[in-house]
Amino acid sequence: MNKEKKSIFNKMNDTSLLLTITIVIFLLMYIGAIVIQGGGFTKPQMFFNILNANAALIITACGMSIVMISGGIDISVGGVVALVSMSCAVYLDHKGGSIIGSILIALGIGIAFGLVQGFLVAVLDIQPFIVSLAGMFFARGMTTIVNTAPFNVEDEEFNALKLTRVNVPFMGSVNKKGIYVPAYVEIGVIVALLIVVLLFLVLRWTRLGRSFYAVGGNKQSALMMGINVRRTKFLSHLICSVLAGIGGYVYFLHVGSGSASHAMGMEMNAIASSIIGGTMLTGGVGNIIGTLFGVLSLSTIQNIVASAGLDQA
Amino acid sequence: MFVGLRERSEAIRISPSHTVIHIGAGLCSAPFLKIWRGENVSENVVLKMRGINKTFPGVRALQNVDFTLNKGEIHALMGENGAGKSTLIKVLTGVYTKDDGTIELEGKGEVAIHSPQDAQKLGISTVYQEITLCPNLTVAENMFIGREQGAFTNWKQMNANADKLLEQLDIPASATQQLSNCSIAVQQMVAIARAIDMDCKVLILDEPTSSLDEQEVEKLFGLMRDLKEMGVGIIFVTHFLDQVYEVCDKITVLRDGQLVGEYEIKDLPRVQLVAKMLGKEMDDLSDIKGEHEAYNGQDAGEIVFEAKGLQSDAGIKPFDFYIKKGEVNGFTGLLGSGRSECVRAIFGADRVIGGNVKVKGKEVKISKPLDAMKNGIAYLPEDRKLDGIIGDLSVRENIIMALQVLTGFFKPFSKAQANAFAREYIEKLNIKTASVDTPIKSLSGGNQQKVILARWLLMHPEYLILDEPTRGIDVGTKVDIQKLVLELASEGMSVTFISSETDEMLRTCSRLVVMRDRKVVGELSGDDLTQNKIMSTIAGGE
Repeated sequence: MNKEKKSIFNKMNDTSLLLTITIVIFLLMYIGAIVIQGGGFTKPQMFFNILNANAALIITACGMSIVMISGGIDISVGGVVALVSMSCAVYLDHKGGSIIGSILIALGIGIAFGLVQGFLVAVLDIQPFIVSLAGMFFARGMTTIVNTAPFNVEDEEFNALKLTRVNVPFMGSVNKKGIYVPAYVEIGVIVALLIVVLLFLVLRWTRLGRSFYAVGGNKQSALMMGINVRRTKFLSHLICSVLAGIGGYVYFLHVGSGSASHAMGMEMNAIASSIIGGTMLTGGVGNIIGTLFGVLSLSTIQNIVASAGLDQA
Repeated sequence: MFVGLRERSEAIRISPSHTVIHIGAGLCSAPFLKIWRGENVSENVVLKMRGINKTFPGVRALQNVDFTLNKGEIHALMGENGAGKSTLIKVLTGVYTKDDGTIELEGKGEVAIHSPQDAQKLGISTVYQEITLCPNLTVAENMFIGREQGAFTNWKQMNANADKLLEQLDIPASATQQLSNCSIAVQQMVAIARAIDMDCKVLILDEPTSSLDEQEVEKLFGLMRDLKEMGVGIIFVTHFLDQVYEVCDKITVLRDGQLVGEYEIKDLPRVQLVAKMLGKEMDDLSDIKGEHEAYNGQDAGEIVFEAKGLQSDAGIKPFDFYIKKGEVNGFTGLLGSGRSECVRAIFGADRVIGGNVKVKGKEVKISKPLDAMKNGIAYLPEDRKLDGIIGDLSVRENIIMALQVLTGFFKPFSKAQANAFAREYIEKLNIKTASVDTPIKSLSGGNQQKVILARWLLMHPEYLILDEPTRGIDVGTKVDIQKLVLELASEGMSVTFISSETDEMLRTCSRLVVMRDRKVVGELSGDDLTQNKIMSTIAGGE
């Protein structure tokens, strides 16, 4: 029996082993929450609410995972999210801009951060921690320059989009008055799941994806084996920042306001989710599906703490 | 004949389909047939490097080096440490950019190689000494990453190809296994598999055998001979002389970044090779001998240190060793023969896995450097920058460090006392420093070395081990250090002295332990202490 187990573990590589552990722990935790706390956790909508509230975190954490797999780190993502939501809010409300324009702004901010940070890390060989720390300060500073006071977006088109709900079939529940209430997710969740699937495929099946692992595993070896290490590092930071931009827009779509204090500490949650999901800080090991479950685990813990009546600190 | 050749290439089946076909086609072409018949080999140059220069800050690593590799030839690149072998190879593979010179490849003319990717595309593949694979990827990925076509990874085909290759080369691993789960030897074999699977014209093997056992080495040699028959030019770098004479056709010797010469293997007996590598002709040593005899005074002392069957995890064979009071002895041998590993085992710097040790006739256990220090043994390490100095600390702090460790950190020296110690040795060893507070990193190499020497002398050790104390320092300081060693010995200290320069050893040591291929192969003293005798013992065999 013992022998058999060992051979299974031997067959698995680090990445899939950690992924399995993450998923098992998440399921045990969620089942535990249902059994012990009952209440909200018995309803499927509770699970979908976790998704709704954390779609932006899922997206940024995916970007973070890619940077971490290739051996770097990016702590500017929280700042980028705040900058994106503030800029889009100002654009929509004060300048009367369109939805498409605001999406382009979000992507533009992400790309700009990605290009600059990628250049500094990959070409000038500056520590990613230092670069993205500067990026974080810059983004937070820019957010207050764009607008100091927090405000809610009044734009009707935007609010219609914000309130758009996608019903999930078969998952609804009957409320106290006996009316069937369908389960729903927000648009951001759809975007997040599409990104998770896309990045999973990229990491698993493309040359670029495998290069991330190789560079994170051993930079020098990767270079010797003919991988363009600079380009790989550059792209990892670019992808991460673009995802932070998209995540910023999804965050904005969820909260519907701009504020300099938005997404405070989100980079820590993204890093924590990646690590819970089996991505190693040392690089070379990690999985996007794991990151998804990392986010879910983290937020389930927060929900358990909240519903147990403890202060969420 | 034609059919026979095809069969041969089929039988070897080194690589997946397309490469086999390519090699097959290569075999049938006219130039190859010429080699096959042994005609006009000199016309079949596959690689020609001319006038290669490479300078690092302060060092001329390569000066006007020429290198020529023929098709279907195994060419050994030999030289002592710092001779420029690795630099030459790194220039060829694009890891370093050359300052000057040309590289020509057969059929491509002069080529510019700026990165390892360039080299791979040109058909130059390399197995480096240190394993350059990614431990977090699977065996199959490690074989194929960086040279796949298209944007997508075809796992199924990649695994199938890898499995085929593993089976043909008889490597005990599976394609889907994670590399870090394989033994070092298997990892090295995977690196070799990767290199030969590429459609290469030039294969560079940089010390590929250091982590392989004898059977695996045999397997590798078989493989090399097969590739040679297919017309691949192989550059083989190794420190093991036996292996050179077993498998190579030609030898190019480098010394101090300069080309010594290119020789047919049959024209260069071992002793000659060793002489060329060390830069000493067999006859020019009468003067050294005379100088040496002046210092052959003390030998009748008690035994200070004795080891029986000592063995560490650094891969040396168990060895016996002793040193008497006031004696200067040394370990000699080519680089990589295990000289440093021996003294590291004595000092407990590597993990000792066998043997027993007596200090002044009393059995002691030395499992870490502090144990050795408590027993009065001091060790000046080979790599000054890595194991010796602490660059940002002052000269004073670097000097008192070892003594401080020995007395314990809770009994710090007063500043005045530390200064006194530092000044004493700065004067004694003639260390050129602005003040005792100068950071050590701003001193020259020779003076840094003296500071570290002072650190150990302050401990008043009974037994001092000096591993390459004269490397990379100027001639004047070298002489200072040699004089100091002899002075210390006359005061009753036992000293083990290691140096790559044999005449230095002859001048200072009264007994030499000779090593070859990580084994002690002889001990020389008295009249046997001559350059000739050392070289022939190192070369062995003949």
